[in-house]
Amino acid sequence: MTPASIALPLIGASDLAAAFLFMYGLKRMSSPITAPSGIFLAGIGMLAAVLASFLYVFTANPAAQSFLLTNVGLAILALAIGGGLAWWSGRKVQMTAMPQMVALYNGMGGGAAAAIAAVELFGARAPAPTQLVVTVLGALIGSISLSGSLIAWAKLDGVIKQPWRVAGQQYVNLAVLAGTIVVGGFLVFGGAARALTTPQLIALFFVCSLLYGVLMTVPIGGADMPVVISIFNAATGLAVALQGFVLENPALMIAGMVVGAAGTLLTLLMAKAMNRSVGNVLFTNFGAIPRRRAGHTKGSLKPTAAADAGIAMRYAKTVIIVPGYGLAAAQAQQKLYDFVKLLQAAGVSVRFAIHPVAGRMPGQMDVLLAEAGVPYDLIFQLEDINDDFKATDVVLVIGANDVVNPAARTDKASPIFGMPILNADQARQVYVVKRGQGKGYAGIENALFYGENCNMIYGDAAAVMATMIEAVRGLGTAAAA
Amino acid sequence: MDFAIHISGFVAIYIFVLAGFAGWVIIGGVPAILHTPLMSGSNFVHGIVVVGGMFALLNASTRQEQAIGFLAVLLGAGNAAGGYAVTRRMLAMFQSSGHRPNKTRRRKAR
Repeated sequence: MTPASIALPLIGASDLAAAFLFMYGLKRMSSPITAPSGIFLAGIGMLAAVLASFLYVFTANPAAQSFLLTNVGLAILALAIGGGLAWWSGRKVQMTAMPQMVALYNGMGGGAAAAIAAVELFGARAPAPTQLVVTVLGALIGSISLSGSLIAWAKLDGVIKQPWRVAGQQYVNLAVLAGTIVVGGFLVFGGAARALTTPQLIALFFVCSLLYGVLMTVPIGGADMPVVISIFNAATGLAVALQGFVLENPALMIAGMVVGAAGTLLTLLMAKAMNRSVGNVLFTNFGAIPRRRAGHTKGSLKPTAAADAGIAMRYAKTVIIVPGYGLAAAQAQQKLYDFVKLLQAAGVSVRFAIHPVAGRMPGQMDVLLAEAGVPYDLIFQLEDINDDFKATDVVLVIGANDVVNPAARTDKASPIFGMPILNADQARQVYVVKRGQGKGYAGIENALFYGENCNMIYGDAAAVMATMIEAVRGLGTAAAA
Repeated sequence: MDFAIHISGFVAIYIFVLAGFAGWVIIGGVPAILHTPLMSGSNFVHGIVVVGGMFALLNASTRQEQAIGFLAVLLGAGNAAGGYAVTRRMLAMFQSSGHRPNKTRRRKAR
């Protein structure tokens, strides 16, 4: 038996195990109880596949034989540096910064897929036309995912503060994409009358693809980032699946395709939650059109003291809390839960209402509340709690804006018209904790804030929660004395 | 017995269609509360691309191929390791915030 005849079945078996464990692991993620074991199993699959991939040394092509020792060294180095740095950053990053980390790791995956395609293309390893088309397509999607995710990371991390938009941007983007596809076409079908050599053409193709990823993501506003991350997640999955086809590795094909389907499903769910199509998110400059109209904002903003609001909630029967990105930005989730525990101890029924697109990632609020230790049977999704607002004494909105804007129900001219919102305005009393008088991420005036039953509490969410806790504690000691 | 894997056109399409369908069904059952860990978990799963990077690097026979292959493994390993680390952390939080009778503070030391 040659080493290769032992290596191949071992690699095949490990990859098979990995593909199975990925699917089974994701399946176990359908409940918070079984989810940790699910990701652990998927991790074992990954480890097995990576370790087995060292056996490729026994099947390496003859030309690579003299490089084998260096290549193995490089592989260990790359695994140690890439894996080590990402592991370290993943362990120490704050929970509120999770969306940008996921965007970053996702971009790395897209970059890896693009790099594999680059090796195939530069080495002319894919002679059959089908393989060549798939390689080029994978390179395109992977590159877009890489540069687009990096922009998404920069936006979420606050490196890029404003969406950059110029007139006619969509036409420029379209032109770049068309140009990239033309270059890709030259790569696939050749053509004698071309000015560039093949390596130059390949390089140009990657530059164009990366450029398109940047151009495509730059004009998209921060509020739409959950959808964008989800799209790039699906895109990376697809790129990986396509490279899996080229490398004839079913594990890559299956894992990539499962992720592609998952990302697509999540993207559609979120787009539905915003009552917009995916194309609308990607290609319209949401929030860019000036839309201030007279008579839109009747009434006035009524500020109130945090302590008064806290005491009002202490004497309410039912309270619903609507968290938004402001809670994450202020890192106030722990203080919020401390306050909630005080209310619960006083016999107040407290629940949390989560909008599907609250935060910068689908489900980000659920994670933040979980971090603070809020039991998940207190956390309700929009469709489960929306009818209860009418019968609620106090609603506390913390750092959320567009997801509670009643204009989505009533104002046909509003850009968010038709988006399902949390009916916070139907409660008897609404308190809104907000950093300043600015508008939400979408740049729209919020009719809720001007309502008769609404009071504003200006300030950093963490400081506001601290004041509320003090006020309610003060009541307790006063009563005891 | 031949263990080398050969994937031709229709076999590839079968794999893609069935895997896509399986992914759709599996993910459709995940509740909204777990959507962030799910996204990060699926992000981890496509980190399997590191295996493709390993194949490219170990078959590299020029400086250029070595460099690009190195980059592929580096990025793929980052995807896999980072995705795993953040997903584990998030899910550990859900675990600790379950239906527990005791009301002690359960904030994890970081």
